Amino acid sequence: MKEIILIKNGELVLKGLNRNTFEDVLVKNIKKHISKYGNYTLKRAQSTIFIEPTDDDFEFEKALAAVGKVFGIAGYSRACVCEKNMQDIIDNAKVYLENVLSGAKTFKVEAKRSDKTFPLKSPEICYELGGQLLAKFPHLKVDVHNPDVVVTVEVRDYSAYIRANQLHGAGGLPVGTAGRAAILISGGIDSPVAAWCMAKRGLELNAIHFASPPYTSPRAELKVRQLLEKVAAYSGTIRLGVVPFTEIQQEIADKCPEEFFTLIMRRMMMRISERLAAERNCLALITGESLGQVASQTLPALAVTDNVVNMPVLRPLIGMDKEEIVIISRKIDTFDISIQPYEDCCTVFTPKHPKTRPTIAQCIEAEEALGIDELIERAVSGTVYSYID
Amino acid sequence: MDKIIYFDNSSTTKPCETAIKYLNEALTANWGNPSSLHSLGLAAEQEVFLARKAVADTICATPEEIYFTSGGTEANNLAIMGAVSALKKRGNRIVTTTIEHPSVLEVMKKLQNDGFDVVYLAPDKNGVVGVDDINNAINKNTILVSIMLVNNETGAVQPIKAAAEAIKKSGAPALLHADCVQAFGKMQIDVNKLCVDLLSISGHKIHGPKGIGALFKRKQKNIHPLILGGGQEKGLRAGTENVPLICSLRGAIEEIGNINHNLSLLKELNSYARQKICESLPEASFNSNEACLPYILNFSLNTHRSETILHYLDANNIFISSGSACAKGQKSHVMTAMGLENRRIDSALRLSFNRYNTKQEIDRFCEVLKNACATLRKA
Repeated sequence: MKEIILIKNGELVLKGLNRNTFEDVLVKNIKKHISKYGNYTLKRAQSTIFIEPTDDDFEFEKALAAVGKVFGIAGYSRACVCEKNMQDIIDNAKVYLENVLSGAKTFKVEAKRSDKTFPLKSPEICYELGGQLLAKFPHLKVDVHNPDVVVTVEVRDYSAYIRANQLHGAGGLPVGTAGRAAILISGGIDSPVAAWCMAKRGLELNAIHFASPPYTSPRAELKVRQLLEKVAAYSGTIRLGVVPFTEIQQEIADKCPEEFFTLIMRRMMMRISERLAAERNCLALITGESLGQVASQTLPALAVTDNVVNMPVLRPLIGMDKEEIVIISRKIDTFDISIQPYEDCCTVFTPKHPKTRPTIAQCIEAEEALGIDELIERAVSGTVYSYID
Repeated sequence: MDKIIYFDNSSTTKPCETAIKYLNEALTANWGNPSSLHSLGLAAEQEVFLARKAVADTICATPEEIYFTSGGTEANNLAIMGAVSALKKRGNRIVTTTIEHPSVLEVMKKLQNDGFDVVYLAPDKNGVVGVDDINNAINKNTILVSIMLVNNETGAVQPIKAAAEAIKKSGAPALLHADCVQAFGKMQIDVNKLCVDLLSISGHKIHGPKGIGALFKRKQKNIHPLILGGGQEKGLRAGTENVPLICSLRGAIEEIGNINHNLSLLKELNSYARQKICESLPEASFNSNEACLPYILNFSLNTHRSETILHYLDANNIFISSGSACAKGQKSHVMTAMGLENRRIDSALRLSFNRYNTKQEIDRFCEVLKNACATLRKA
């Protein structure tokens, strides 16, 4: 019995003349995600992609899980390949579906017949196969409205395919089709979720992390790497730049009014990020801010941080509650890493009473004593890059 | 690059040459199962006996009173759970302190949830539990008293003997357990003078390997096992003996040499360090007093966060421990129990020495620490 992975394209099928470009990127991304699991052939037909292992060494389960993390896929499933005759379909279905059907109470059969030369029409296929399955698994009942298992038979050009319930794909658009953007990542719960959200909408990711040794721990950077690995399972390779930020934080602590520490730090981060992002042809910055979550995330505070950059700043979490963010972080498996307690650059030199209604004029005055251009220059030139996948 | 300076010996120690040699020999030449009847098994059994004897000799016990475990944590778990399981029909009270290691405190928490009356004794500002408090806490319903001999954060030595006397006076059926993980091999321990029934030790705090420890259990006393199986360790701890690590532990013990001699060297090193720290950093305050075991010296800068200093020293190849976890983590439960103010807890540093550390290393440490305080912004 030969088993394959069937992939249904997502939202990109709604694209007009660009649809092929989107599909090409999706196929490329799928290949990147599964090529390490062995040899296979990939076919495309009618917004479906077929992954067919070419030998027994192909790590099917791992590949299937990896497909579940590729953006641009609406649904996917494992399927059994049969000859295009009813007897073979029935024989295979009885064996292939044994596990899933013995655990179910109700089922129905659906048929899709894109090869119109097949002698049975779709309702006839359903009737025939449904009857045979009922005979083999007498505990089952047919429920056409809300069945535990939907058995689908697809009769296509070269073969017929049998599958049980389809799994939900990661949705969204293929990574790369929306361009490239840079995520500012700290190591907390929010930024990896923000990165994931935007990769889901088709952005390729660069990441920027600010390190302030010895005030921050080397483990904070390690944590960022572990978080990005989780995100990269969805987004593909991420280029990470680690910016040396100690000097800037010390200068701010020495020369600026305490209530502005965090705001000026954010403004410096934005300036540096824009520089680094532009060098890599990123078209936007991404942050994990959520309105009102902390003092630096009030609307006036966001306004003064945005004021120093010209690039769009994407904030996918801006309207989410912490709880909603945590749900996603658990889903993408970053939560447990995020909550490890290491100091990051956002927790050192925090003011006792941060300014929550700053104005741009106040910020400009507060950072007057800083040699902003030289500080940025040194931070940019000291940035160390690596690739995470 | 400078040679590394390692002042974090209460976390773990560098394995000594003899420990590595014995480990290697056991893995290559003496890999038999001590339970096997043939000569390979016998050879392994003899090695295990020699190690058992080495542990016993260090604490004035007999070899048959030593039970090997996977480390200090397992020894503490076995002592407490095992004693309580054996004595639960004879009383309900357990007495311990607030400054124990988590491998004791977490077990106590569980027993408390199970309905036992656990009494936690708090230390004074020097980190020592009071004798009167011990006397008042132990009543005739007490089935276990568990007090550490040397505290792992401050080095404070606890009055175990007083607990033994209190048990005797009260007529309680209690067993007395001492967590001696930080004391073993570093100060003279005599199980008969301490009057303990149970005593835990660990290998990797004395230049031995990780993953090996032992429990002393007085011959006449009975506790229940936690791990059941093939009856090894006289049924108290099943599982094929970890011969390589057991042999390696023996190597570490052999290399200790004269405990009192080492202790006097450490006393000198410790007071030298105190003096140098006072000179270079007048704002520092000591959380370990002169009565503490000199292997540990805990002090607070009061000006800079522990973790920042730790990373600064790390970048200079000097390795110490922060007295407490970072801001987001838990504050040291020991220093909180001592009633120290937050500022002092957040800036606490723990130096823990070994017998190979030198005054030159202290000099270098103080020099780098002084630089750290001068360059780093105060928090």
